[in-house]
Amino acid sequence: MRDFFRQVLEVVEPLRQGFATTRKHLTEKPVTVQYPEERRPVPARARWRHILRRYEDGENRGLERCIGCSLCSAACPADCIYVEASENTDEERYSPGERYASVYQINMLRCIFCGMCEEACPTGAIVLTGDFELAEYTREAFIYNKERLLVPPVS
Amino acid sequence: MSGWMIFLRAVVIPLVIPIVVLTLIPLWIWLERRVCARLQQRLGPNRVGWQGLFQPIADVIKLLFKEDITPSHADRIVYLAAPVVALIPSVAALAVIPFGDTMSVPSHLFWGDPVPVPVQVADVNIGILWVLALGSLAVYGVVLAGWASNNKWSLLGGVRSAAQMVSYELPMGLAVIAVMLSSSAFATAHSGYAALSLRTAVESQRGVAFAGWNCFWHFPAFVIFCICAVAECNRAPFDLPEAEQELTGGFHTEYSSLRFAMFFMGEYIHMTTLSAVGTALFFGGYLSPLAGIPLVSSLNVSHIPVLNILAPVGWFLLKVLLCILLFIWLRWTLPRLRWDQLMRLGWVALLPAAFGWVMVAAILQTVAAEIAPHTAGDPLLVYRVLVFLTAALLGLIVYFKRAGRSAARPAGA
Repeated sequence: MRDFFRQVLEVVEPLRQGFATTRKHLTEKPVTVQYPEERRPVPARARWRHILRRYEDGENRGLERCIGCSLCSAACPADCIYVEASENTDEERYSPGERYASVYQINMLRCIFCGMCEEACPTGAIVLTGDFELAEYTREAFIYNKERLLVPPVS
Repeated sequence: MSGWMIFLRAVVIPLVIPIVVLTLIPLWIWLERRVCARLQQRLGPNRVGWQGLFQPIADVIKLLFKEDITPSHADRIVYLAAPVVALIPSVAALAVIPFGDTMSVPSHLFWGDPVPVPVQVADVNIGILWVLALGSLAVYGVVLAGWASNNKWSLLGGVRSAAQMVSYELPMGLAVIAVMLSSSAFATAHSGYAALSLRTAVESQRGVAFAGWNCFWHFPAFVIFCICAVAECNRAPFDLPEAEQELTGGFHTEYSSLRFAMFFMGEYIHMTTLSAVGTALFFGGYLSPLAGIPLVSSLNVSHIPVLNILAPVGWFLLKVLLCILLFIWLRWTLPRLRWDQLMRLGWVALLPAAFGWVMVAAILQTVAAEIAPHTAGDPLLVYRVLVFLTAALLGLIVYFKRAGRSAARPAGA
């Protein structure tokens, strides 16, 4: 008889513990972050959408940093960057050096966001930012051209 | 019987009850998803409509637009019929459940003597047998679906379901028999009640507040019934027939679109039916838990025309809701049983326990029937006193044995 009660207790006690656990969680605050309205802070070193920077001050203020050297393209393990360089002239000057990127494309579908382009860049032109909302409706829209990547002119 | 009465009893009530129950199903699904989310510290669906209330409707619309696939090697006719077979018995079982007290309605549409009409599709004298019979029919849908899908996982699910149903129907039936002993004692003491009708089972629990409820006076039967009810509707922790992790959905692996929705609906209707039966048998059905309490009972609504019909129905639905919440809590707390554990629980634990309680209850009931005339009391009341005395005796024995043991042994041994 004593064994019987012990056996019953052996079955019932874990059940009680289980119900106590779920009941405890029932009254705790949900951990859900309601995404489009609520956002968790993006980490400072997050690597998402690329931008092409300009010089913000100094003698080259307003000029593009990119000199069309294609080092980013060479460093890219996913081979998703395409750069075409052209000569700067005195009438049309885009960047401080001899050349600038006349075509600069990144295929965001291929990009693995490793940040090696950023490391390879000698002028700090290409930088990965914390903007992670990159959804598009067509495949073509994922190929970012220079207009989309370049930050607006310094005012 | 006037035309109005025939219309009321043959058309209005049989239409309103299934419609109300079917409307509750999306509510249960919403409740399940929200409650399980909160149990896991999530929020659950809260976007479609107020607090996500329309989420089940959105889900059904999605299912409607999905392709209805029939596997090429399936047994076509059986495959297509199985979801219907699974759905119908659960709905049909609702017919004998008393949703509310008898209401008084005029014998003609707006005039005539008041006639008592039960808020129930059919108050048949074999009510509980009808429920049990349809409960065992419901398994055919699952078994046929498993067989006709021509898929080994489905077949395994179907076979598991059949074996599970056979194992858990027996203790359930025995638990019900114990309750039926009480309600048949009530039926012999009062004229106009059929022994096996669910309405009799409810009426036999009438008393001050919840003092008469069978969940106290048939506690072992109540526990056994609860376990078996969960097993009967194939819900966790007894969801072996559809065990997602082992059988990729079990019997409904091959089903999609509306046919899957029918299985889904069937499960929830079955759950509602079993909750309703459990409520009627153990929680006093439509009886108010506030009846007979001094201050509250002065708020009697039995003379207010509409409220006196709606209040019992409200109590009934509230109790069903609590049962559903218990189902949900169970599902999201307990892990699924292994197959051998399921069989052992059914045959080694529940069946002997149910037999034991039927014998104890029968003996107490017989003794009560013998004593009752001498004490000029109600046999049910005497039975309850006997149950109380037995439980108290058992408690005392256990208490003194433990006390004796701890006294005999030094502490910490």
